[in-house]
Amino acid sequence: MPSSPASAAETASAPETVRLSGVGFGYADAPRILRDVNLILPRGSFHFLTGPSGAGKSSLLRLLTLGARPQTGRISLFGADVTDIARRDIPAFRRRMGVVFQDFRLLDHLSAFDNAALPLRLAGGREAGQDADVEEMLKWVGLGRRMDARPPALSGGEKQRLAIARAVINRPGLIVADEPTGSVDAAMADRLLRLFQSLNRLGATVLIASHDQALAERSGARVLHLHRGGLYEAAA
Amino acid sequence: MTVIAVLCFLACLAAVAGAAADRAAQGWARQLGAEATVQVRPRVGESGATAAARAAETLAGVDGVEEAAALDRKAAEDLLRPWLGDAVLPDLPLPFLVAVRLNPEAPASALTLSRALAEAGLDASVDDHSLWRGEVERSARLIALLAAAAFLAIALAAGAAIAYATRAGLAAGRSTIETLSLNGATDARIAGLFMRRFGLMALAAGAIGAAAAGLLVIFLRFLGGSEGLTQALPLAWSDLLLLSPCPLLAATVAVLAARFAALKVLGSDRQDG
Repeated sequence: MPSSPASAAETASAPETVRLSGVGFGYADAPRILRDVNLILPRGSFHFLTGPSGAGKSSLLRLLTLGARPQTGRISLFGADVTDIARRDIPAFRRRMGVVFQDFRLLDHLSAFDNAALPLRLAGGREAGQDADVEEMLKWVGLGRRMDARPPALSGGEKQRLAIARAVINRPGLIVADEPTGSVDAAMADRLLRLFQSLNRLGATVLIASHDQALAERSGARVLHLHRGGLYEAAA
Repeated sequence: MTVIAVLCFLACLAAVAGAAADRAAQGWARQLGAEATVQVRPRVGESGATAAARAAETLAGVDGVEEAAALDRKAAEDLLRPWLGDAVLPDLPLPFLVAVRLNPEAPASALTLSRALAEAGLDASVDDHSLWRGEVERSARLIALLAAAAFLAIALAAGAAIAYATRAGLAAGRSTIETLSLNGATDARIAGLFMRRFGLMALAAGAIGAAAAGLLVIFLRFLGGSEGLTQALPLAWSDLLLLSPCPLLAATVAVLAARFAALKVLGSDRQDG
């Protein structure tokens, strides 16, 4: 029986950020990519999600970011059942998430500053001090001198850091990243990992989907492994 | 944007042409309604010219008649010469006619004229051009309808082009839409961004189309004077006013099309497994 989703504001104190119960998902008539997936991400936890290509990592992230609806099972975010969430209620939940894409998804016609400020602008105009927050965030990710540059003028690593800055500018409770180190070298990957760890220490729940098994192991975070549609926790 | 500007230009021209054709037809009908022709048949012992003169005198005194004048044989020959030529005219028996100019505000009816002629002992028939005027009025209505249909067809084509451009723009910007959506933008906010963008584009295209049509109207008005290039299309300065809503109409169509298309794309954003 689907419960009606609570508003995002009502669930700020939920003990777990994500809960998936028996989730199954597939595209049209194709075999299911995810089968009976159960997952709990406690508030403030840090997890890596690994698995071979096609294992369903992106589909799982898509379910978490409310980009798709599961065929079976239930999904809760911030303590609210969002399985059958009404479309009009989705933005409120997405504003509590920060999403980092492998392909960055930056808006090329906006400057680095405006890209980073996008979630703040979308959340409700221009408040006093907002610009200072954006500047501080860009300096924090090492883009203090590239604020006016547009994405096409940035390197792969700079784009990735800008995408991360945009994802976390709203101080989200959940950060979801899809292959955030896929297009950077090992040194930059470590630097980005430290960035995520800093955000995690500030209280955000972090889930990173990655092929990079070594990075996952180096991180010291718990590693979840997707295999043949099932989700398993890798041995510590 | 070029296609939309061209379609707006054509729609503006159709609107102006329709207004001008309607104006011409109404002018002709008004002119016909203010005239009547009386054919007099002289009685035995009375010449045709005398009968026509008497009829003109009688009709001049009727309320609703401004002027009545008997057409002499020369005037009647002048009317027929373009059709019959000079050769047969001298031997041709011609009707004795009286041209009657009616008061355009309160014209005398054909019945009133016939009664006045009968009371004066004249055998005459009155043609108030009602048959011809009816034809002209029917033609005027048809021309106005055709112009309106052409305007609507072009306006619909412009609307379809705007909707198509909007959908193509949305398809090209799908990644942008997803990015905005995943960063917490509401559907209304995203649709609003696209509505603004395409509304402004159509506003500019509509303004360009209307301005081009306006320049053409001004050029034709200067070239042809108050009657335009032909009496069938008398242009007026007031026709320029018809062009003024074009940019707003184009923008309105674009905004509605963008809203419809954007919400449709956004509605399919969350995929069911």
